[in-house]
Amino acid sequence: MLKTGSEIFVECLLKENVKILFGIPGGAVLPIFDKIYEAREKIRFVLTRHEQGAGHMADGYARSTGDVGVCIATSGPGATNLTTALATAYMDSIPVVAFTGQVATHLIGNDAFQEADTTGITRPVTKHNFLVKDVKELARTIREAFYIAKTGRPGPVLVDIPVDVQRAICEFSYPEEIEIRSYKPVYTGHIGQIKKAAELINSSKQPLLYVGGGIISSNASPELLKLAEKIHTPVTTTLLAIGSFPPEHPLNLSMPGMHGNYAANLAFQNCDLIIAIGARFDDRVTGKLSAFAPKAKGGIIHIDIDPTSISKNVSVDIPAVGDAKNVIIELLKHLKKKNNKEWLKKIADWQKTNPFSYKKDNKLRPQYVIDKISEITKGEAIVVTEVGQNQMWAAQFYKAKYPRHFLSSGGLGTMGYGFPAAIGAKIANPQKTVIDIAGDGSIQMNIQELATAVLNNVNVKIVILNNAHLGMVRQWQELFYKRRYSAVCLTKPNGCLPEDASAKRPALMVPDFVKLAESYGAVGLRITKKEEVENTLVKALKIDKVVMMDFIVEEEENVLPMVPAGKALDEIITSLA
Amino acid sequence: MKHTISVLVENKPGVLARIATLFAARGYNIDSLAVGETDDPTTSRMTIVVRGDEKILEQVEKQLNKLVDVIKLNDFMNVDHIERDLVLIKVKADKNTRNEILQIVDIFRAKIIDVSANAVIVEMTGDEDKIQALVNMLKPFGVKEMARTGIIAMARGG
Repeated sequence: MLKTGSEIFVECLLKENVKILFGIPGGAVLPIFDKIYEAREKIRFVLTRHEQGAGHMADGYARSTGDVGVCIATSGPGATNLTTALATAYMDSIPVVAFTGQVATHLIGNDAFQEADTTGITRPVTKHNFLVKDVKELARTIREAFYIAKTGRPGPVLVDIPVDVQRAICEFSYPEEIEIRSYKPVYTGHIGQIKKAAELINSSKQPLLYVGGGIISSNASPELLKLAEKIHTPVTTTLLAIGSFPPEHPLNLSMPGMHGNYAANLAFQNCDLIIAIGARFDDRVTGKLSAFAPKAKGGIIHIDIDPTSISKNVSVDIPAVGDAKNVIIELLKHLKKKNNKEWLKKIADWQKTNPFSYKKDNKLRPQYVIDKISEITKGEAIVVTEVGQNQMWAAQFYKAKYPRHFLSSGGLGTMGYGFPAAIGAKIANPQKTVIDIAGDGSIQMNIQELATAVLNNVNVKIVILNNAHLGMVRQWQELFYKRRYSAVCLTKPNGCLPEDASAKRPALMVPDFVKLAESYGAVGLRITKKEEVENTLVKALKIDKVVMMDFIVEEEENVLPMVPAGKALDEIITSLA
Repeated sequence: MKHTISVLVENKPGVLARIATLFAARGYNIDSLAVGETDDPTTSRMTIVVRGDEKILEQVEKQLNKLVDVIKLNDFMNVDHIERDLVLIKVKADKNTRNEILQIVDIFRAKIIDVSANAVIVEMTGDEDKIQALVNMLKPFGVKEMARTGIIAMARGG
């Protein structure tokens, strides 16, 4: 049947089972939006207030479900506004398909109105991208875009569609099978390598499982649990893997790295074998590379679907390229049941000396707020974080019980990610409690999405840990720049003067988050005392509206422990006394 | 170390940029890059000559292999192969020097493909060393212009 490019676009989305689309219209996507209007019963369109918001919503949707998140923007500024969200998804391997309008094909390259070289700009931040210059290519291209986004190591794919292609007409047929000769992801690990890995594991004395986002994208949590229990080995989960291993399990060593758990970092430095699965030895995890895991010489196994991840940062002894779930299932067949009692005893001692902790006094401390969120939700809520201190405290104190329940921008560290991603996650999971843990700096980077949340009845809860600063940068300035607080105070143009530390901040605060929430039609609450925290949270979770909670916390609270940049993992600072 | 990398890619717009970006993003200078369609018009072959740190190059090659448009990649580093480069050299030549130039060209089995009153254009195909030797010989006469295609390469044998 003959169809226009725009009709083909909608048909393809329906074939791909897309139910939600985030975005903003504009001149170069008008034909598509006309068809989106027609298809409004089948595809819900969420109009955001910024394209970056749309991109992060698609990302939050994808992370919380495992399905592809989809967003759309117009040409030029619409497309350039998407790039931060694409880069965020790219760094964390999140399946997102982004569509952008483009000026008509005869105008491409002419500096036409709202023209940008979108495929050129997004090339380094997408897994792949396409410019569709012929309507006959459109259906196949969209099919390939979804296929590439969700297979192999997932990632964002962009499809740029000129406006005349949207109007052009051709015969529509959707390719059911897809075959890309140059793209063949490997899912099963090499059996010889797996057997070698098994031998090494069987003979190790102090092994350590180090797992990353790959466990979540391959839905391998149940297999990971079996593996850890069978070989009686502690598990350290990166920021992106939080929730992939039961938080209260005795083998759980929580997050490693710069603000990681003391015992997890010492485990790296003392283990004789690292079994890395779907983790990429990020510099925030390894610390100083030359001093990383000195006792694991000859004992690094790396399981990853992406061959480029292997031996990129740390040289690997036994690589296995494949899907985490498949490889673990195969590996389990060759493993003996182990007992690493002595090793675990050592780790337990490290755990006891320096667990994640904070001062339990009467002050309103940010960690306490997270502790309470964890307690009240029993770790069953979907927690999304912004970036900075709030993110690290959430990672340390929120005990996410399930995979896909802790969403955070890891690789790119995108401030402004949390709130829109939370909206995307809540739209995907309307029955679940979704909480955005934010700082007063981060939340202001995409605060306009309050309109999107309120108007679409997306009942997310925003917890602002308001310390009046760009907190993480302030912390670095405190520790490494002699407390010369340069451009980190959010309440005064010339910085917060030391004598202001005790001032009553609410009067100085810009914006007044409570009034701001109210102006958008949301509920705003301010919490200044520790004893109000629990009641406020309980109350807020019951309100069937967007609630923005402004917790006025200690200004100079630090994230600890901390491995200073460039130091080895065992040079960890546990207190500043 | 010098690497000659042969990359078979989809013959589509943007592919060259995608490949060049991978090198540029790591601060790598490409010594030469030659591209042309193969016997199959849907594919192109790129021959890239690059020097650099082994570890980074290994990473670049892995990343290249990962690109959706890359069909196959060969590094000829430890492979018996043939390299060819085509050069055009415009040399100053008048009636006093023309004969001498002709002799040199002859020895190198190169060709004169254009003659004018005060210059000739020499064409030669060969590997890098041979081309360099010819250039060295012609330099004293005065090289006015030079253009090279960059190396293309192929492994020997079946």
